[in-house]
Amino acid sequence: MYIANYFIAQTSTVRSVRLRFDLLASVRIDNDPIGRCFLPLIRHIDVSFDPSMARRYDASTTTFSPEGRLHQVEYAIEAINNAGTCVGILAKDGIVMASERRITSGLLAPAKTSEKTYFLAKHAACNVAGLTADANILIDQARLRAGRYQYQYQEPIPMEQLVEYVCNYKQYFTQRGGLRPFGVAFLFAGYDEHYGFQLYQSDPSGNYSGWKATVIGANNQAGKTILKSDYQKQPEGEEKMADDDDESGSIPDVQGALRLAVKVLNKTMDGSGTTAAEKMELFTMALDDNGQVVTKILTKTETQAVISAVESESASSGES
Amino acid sequence: MSDTVLGIQYDGGVLIACDQSNARSILLYQTNIDKIKELTSHTMMGVSGPNCDLVNFTEYIEKNLNLYELENDGTKLSTKAQANFCRNTLATALRKGPYQVDVLLGGYDTVKKQAELYFMDHLAALQKVSYNAQGYAAYFCLSIMDRDYIKGLGYDDALEIMNKCIKALHKRFLLSQPNFIIKIVDKDGVRVVSVGADPADT
Repeated sequence: MYIANYFIAQTSTVRSVRLRFDLLASVRIDNDPIGRCFLPLIRHIDVSFDPSMARRYDASTTTFSPEGRLHQVEYAIEAINNAGTCVGILAKDGIVMASERRITSGLLAPAKTSEKTYFLAKHAACNVAGLTADANILIDQARLRAGRYQYQYQEPIPMEQLVEYVCNYKQYFTQRGGLRPFGVAFLFAGYDEHYGFQLYQSDPSGNYSGWKATVIGANNQAGKTILKSDYQKQPEGEEKMADDDDESGSIPDVQGALRLAVKVLNKTMDGSGTTAAEKMELFTMALDDNGQVVTKILTKTETQAVISAVESESASSGES
Repeated sequence: MSDTVLGIQYDGGVLIACDQSNARSILLYQTNIDKIKELTSHTMMGVSGPNCDLVNFTEYIEKNLNLYELENDGTKLSTKAQANFCRNTLATALRKGPYQVDVLLGGYDTVKKQAELYFMDHLAALQKVSYNAQGYAAYFCLSIMDRDYIKGLGYDDALEIMNKCIKALHKRFLLSQPNFIIKIVDKDGVRVVSVGADPADT
């Protein structure tokens, strides 16, 4: 057994533990009686056997940890869990996105049009949770991509292609050295001819997935719990046979989805007092009679109407 | 100018006819070439111009359209999008090293369930049309098409107009173009209707 000092790495071998010390020397402590005497000593000196030793592998995105994790990416994802909540719900006939407007000061000038919703193209919009400055860069990229596609093909870009482009851009920063990942999670809402209305969520790692309903930002777990039970309410009692109109009969329409979204936000914004209309931004996307995509950010009055509807609904059904 | 391309869009499909002569100046290389290239399962393009540009341009478009489908999980580009992609390629190359091709692009849009025909020339002009012709043949054939084409006509009528045009060319066009190849695209894809001389005969 050798002795050295400084800095420890952990392997999961059974027979011995190799301890590396700042690349200057290394220790091999065998799993024999004498060797094992030193283990508690080392543990005392430094982190060895628990995940917080991640900090040795977390300084750079281009390094995997021994457990096979990219800590910088995970920290970026953590940053989003402190950001304002965003809910996205795929309705029967459209999409609804609701977000929490974090008003940090009464002196702040009110938003001119929208604060949390960004338009990427005529048929695509997104909500942001995380570092707004980072988000702006990505939104620029998305708009450029959508615009270039429109220029080349004279058609709107299919939603998934747009999302994948942004995500590939994000992934670059998790693999090339010297740059940190974007601390942004998006909810993308869009419509295309091929697959209709679609809702996507993406995170700093560059992963994305399509959702029927999802929540990002602070308290998203609580939000998701509500969505899991309330999104596709099972019909009560008799009518369990397959309907011939549509099997998605229990999926809410846009108005129903708005109420559900507000309900979720109420829950996630729980600690911050009563939910006022200024604190929420509601967005809807649907098709008009000509089959054109029409988007809308609800005015304060309209938002208040939805909030009131939710309050009376919960009061009448006796929910807390 | 000397290559003939004729195109007619009818209810449910598009017919494109091309002469089969491969010639430059006074030399006739072959009389059985196929100038109608299939771009995707439901699009084809009749091309006039030097053989090098014909091959370069169509292969470039064809491979890029294929790449799009591979990259995007089988999603196909609509006929309109394909035509605009072609036009964009022509336009970008125009002030660098132009493709000297005039084309008629015909396709069947499986989503919208309709046939579309696009006229595109070497200056990257693009126009959706019901019928048209490229080359000197236009001087002879457009008037025939103008007179006989009615909206909503069917396959047989369209083919008849096509044959009328070819007959007119045979009778009155100075350049001898004995063989014509006619292809159709409809909901079942692209296939050959008739051929003057078998392109595979080398």
